[in-house]
Parts: sequence; structure tokens; C-alpha cells
Amino acid sequence: MASPAVSRVRRQLPSSPWLFAAPGLIVIGAFVLYPFVSTLVNAFTDRRTLVPGEFVGLANFRELLHDDMFWIGLRNSTLYVLGVVPALVILPLLLALLVQKSIPGITFFRSAFYTPVVASIVVVGLIWVWLLDERGLVNALLETVGVGRIGFLSDQWLLLLSAMAVTVWKGLGYYMIIYLAALGNVPRELHEAAAVDGAGAVRRFLTVTVPAVRSTMVLVAALSSVAAFKVFSEVYLMAGPAGGPAGEDTTLVMLVQRTGTGLTGRVGYASAISVVVFVVTVVLMLLVLRADRREER
Amino acid sequence: MSVIEKVRPVESPPAPKRAPRRRLTDENGRRIPGWELALRYLLLLAVLALTVGPFLWQLSTSLKGPTEDIFSSPPKFLPSDPTLHNYERVAETIPVWDYALNSLKVAVANVVTNCVGAALAGYALARLRYRGRRAATLAFVLAMLVPVESIIIAQFTFMRDLGLNNTLVGVLLPGSIASLNVLLMRNAFLNLPYEIEEAAFVDGANVWQRFLRIALPSVKGTIAVVAIFAFMGAWDDFLWPLIVLSDPSKFTLTIGLNYLHGTFANDERLVAAGTIIAVAPLIVLFACLQRYFFRGVGEGAVKG
Repeated sequence: MASPAVSRVRRQLPSSPWLFAAPGLIVIGAFVLYPFVSTLVNAFTDRRTLVPGEFVGLANFRELLHDDMFWIGLRNSTLYVLGVVPALVILPLLLALLVQKSIPGITFFRSAFYTPVVASIVVVGLIWVWLLDERGLVNALLETVGVGRIGFLSDQWLLLLSAMAVTVWKGLGYYMIIYLAALGNVPRELHEAAAVDGAGAVRRFLTVTVPAVRSTMVLVAALSSVAAFKVFSEVYLMAGPAGGPAGEDTTLVMLVQRTGTGLTGRVGYASAISVVVFVVTVVLMLLVLRADRREER
Repeated sequence: MSVIEKVRPVESPPAPKRAPRRRLTDENGRRIPGWELALRYLLLLAVLALTVGPFLWQLSTSLKGPTEDIFSSPPKFLPSDPTLHNYERVAETIPVWDYALNSLKVAVANVVTNCVGAALAGYALARLRYRGRRAATLAFVLAMLVPVESIIIAQFTFMRDLGLNNTLVGVLLPGSIASLNVLLMRNAFLNLPYEIEEAAFVDGANVWQRFLRIALPSVKGTIAVVAIFAFMGAWDDFLWPLIVLSDPSKFTLTIGLNYLHGTFANDERLVAAGTIIAVAPLIVLFACLQRYFFRGVGEGAVKG
């Protein structure tokens, strides 16, 4: 691989490879890797936005254990994973099967289903705030069919559920495209053979399609669980900055934002919560990949 | 790591297969029965109503005049007397066009920095031989694995130290060269046949000439993907600008909308008009450049 030509270039322009890589390295060094290290360090200090702070050992983490808001945040972010991930693993797969066959107009449908992915989460959040409003479209329809109005955005649990539904709604098209590419690799012969054997559509889905796209399902589970645990915008927009009634809908990242920013921000404490967020996302990723390996055996 | 490897097979976009056949058959050449076709279209239309319907309802709300009842039950889907009045009013309430301009500035700058920075760094990682290249690659991989949400407070304090909080430059900088894009470009360059560049070298081309004249033109597709996702990412971003911007005159569109929603929450027509202003450019962009959007999903799936 190492060609003599390239090493001669190196002698000609010794600094140029680093010149090429420098802008990228500086940006990720300064704005990703340095903040990461500084988060780890700050988590053990009582630093505030305007006060440098001192080393306090594990005090922040000890405080976390007795902080009700932290447990509420951890509960909500965990519930979010449990609620959103199964839906985002299964529904986009079904959707991909629906748009897989090239019948007339199918490219239009594929693109249309992708529209929510393109829109900003703020736009999506505000659209749904209006749709789920006490006097909004969904309630008007519910009233018309005789169900009566539901306070989607006033009850703490309904709020969380509604936010999850919005996350799923926005993610459907994205994962549909991932599945669509995977479905293209499913050998047709398998389907034909199963059909000849008299397997119905549901059976063929379970015995042919699912095993064939299983690794993609694991990928989607990993991606969506990490994203779900870090949820911020949907809940922030739908429940408000305070996190719904009595803050009961606060998620962990909302707590990080609320605690650590502004002129009075408790940087040290917010960093400790950030470390928890980081550790949990890593653990989630490992769990999903490990579950995958175990099933393969 | 295996996540990244698993994404790789997703290379080709789901190419819409042109089927100029008159009889509708499935992929096995079997004729699709009429009832199945009807059922499929029925389901497709139902999903269409669910995914696009909310946008249309927002559009409809934004076009309804001040005297029209937007809360009626049963709902009225079409405005009885469509008017652009709400778009004028939203501009009187918040400087929505300034916010749009701020978003545009950040998004365009983000496209330029990501395309240039990622192409340069990607080329260095893929093609140039030098000590420390592995360490450099590792740095980008590690940076990609760090969730932004877990370092956002440190980014904020660092921006304050630099005196860049509350500026558009501060909004731009942390994502200005995303490590995912660097790694995408690296893979694109690695997939190019090496012989052409070697031939150019023999002909006396230096490293810049080889980069600009030979390598770069061959990875246009990946650059387009990087550009589109850089634009969309900056235009749609919410958490970081929310943290770094505090002065309403510096707001980007998403932060402005959040502000509008928080301050004038009762006027649904205004918020609707604002959201349509924010989403329309991206829908147009998407309509024009769909295949790059779909390609980016496969290549960038790790971004999650």
C-alpha cells in the first residue's frame, strides 16, 4: 500500500499532510474532545458559569442520588427508550415493506413519508402542539366521533406519550429508508421457496424477512435507543421549558440544559449529569450489540 | 464499531425501479392481484394522511383569516378565505426575516466549512502517508462517538471563555467540521482507484493538484451528501443555538419560533405562519435533491 511515490511527496512538502488535516483536527479537538475531557473534569468540581470552582470529589454524584429531579429525568429518559425503540424498530420495517414494491406513484409516497425527517424538530414539535391542543384538530376529530376531548398536553403521562409519538412520527421515514436498502438484499429465492411451501404473508414475514434484516433491526435499535435516551427538543417544546406539570416530564438532557446554562449555571453539577448521560448511552449501545451477538449463537 | 461496519452495505439508494410494464407484477414476476393493489394504495394513502397531513393542516391554519374560527368542530380543513395576512403579522411580532437570514448565514457557512474541512481532512486520512495518521483517524472516530448532548455545557463554557457566546460564529463553530463528514470523505477517497493519482504524480502533479484536479472531482456525490446534511443540520438545529444565543436580535429561526411560541402562544395562526416559513425552504430543497437525502441516510446512519 505504501507507495514510493507518496513518500517522495512527503519529502517535497513535509508539512502538507498536517496542513490538510489541521482544520478538522483543530475543530474536533477544540469543540468535541476538549469539551469532553473538560466535562469529565468539571463533574468533580463545583464550578459555576461565572465562578471557576474547586475540586469537590464525588460530591456532585452524591448529590445526584438525593436529587428528585435527577431521578425524574432518569425515569423519563428511560421510559422514552422503552416506549420509542420498539415502535421505531417495527413500524418503519412494515412501512418499508409497504413501499418496497414498485407500483405506480411509489416514489412519490416514499418521498412524502420522508418529509417529517427533513423538517426541524422545532417545526414538528410546534405542529403537534397545535394538533394536540385542547381545541386542536385531533380533539376536534375526537369530539366529532363522540369520544370527547382529551388533555394530551396537560396530563404528565399523556404528555410524555404524546412526545414519544411525535419522536416516532418524525423518525419513521428515516428508518424506513434504512430498511428499504436492507430489504433489497433479501434473496428473492427465499420468498419464492416459502411461498411454494404454502407459507402465508405473515409467516413469510416472520420466517424470511425478519431473519434477513435482523442485523439492520439491531442497528436501528442501537441508533434509536441512544437518540431516545438523549431526547430533549420534543419534550421541551411540548411540555415547556419547565418540563410539564411540576417538572414531572423533565428528561435528563433537559435537566442538563436547565442546570448548566445561563449566568447562574451550575456547570459542575450539570457536568455530573452529562457524565451519566454519556455512560448510559454507551451502556445502551453495548447492550443492544451484545443482545445481537447472543441471538446469533 | 460494528455499527459503522454494518452501515456500509447500505450503499445504493433505494433506486426507484422503473417498471414500464403494463401489467403490474411483483418482484417475482407474479401478477399482483387487484384486491392487494387496492389494499396497498389504501394503506399508502392512510400513511400519507398521517405524515403529510399535519403539515397541510399547519399550512391551512396559517392561511385562515382573523375572523375565521380555527377551533371549529368538526374541523374545517380548507380556509374559507385564504389570506397571507398572518405572514405579515408574524413579521411584525418577531423579526422573522432577520432570523431566517441568521439561519441562512449559519447554514451556508456550515456547508462551506464542512465541505472544505472534511474533504481536506478526509484526503489526508485516506491518501497521504505520514506519522500519526492512525492517531488522527482515531481522534475523528472518537469524536464521532461522543454524544453532543453530553458535552454541551462544556462547549458553552468554552464559548464563553472565547467570548463567542451569543454570536452566530459561536453557533457555527462546534459543528463546523463534523467528524462523521470527515470519515465519510475518507471512505469516499479510499474507494477511488489509486492508479490514476499515481499516474498524475508521475506526470509531475503535486499533492494539491492531485487533490483538486483528480480526487475531488471523483467524490462529488459524497460532497453533495455532506453539503445537504450540513445545511439541514444547521438549519434545523435547536439545542445548541438555544444554549449559546441569549440575545433575541441574534436568534436563528428555530430559536425565534420557540420564542414566538412561548410568548404569543395563544395565536396559533402566527405560530403556524412561522413554522411554514421555517420548513418551506427545506421541503423545496428535499424535493429537488431527493436522491442525495436518501443516500445520506445510508452513509450517515451512524449519526443517529
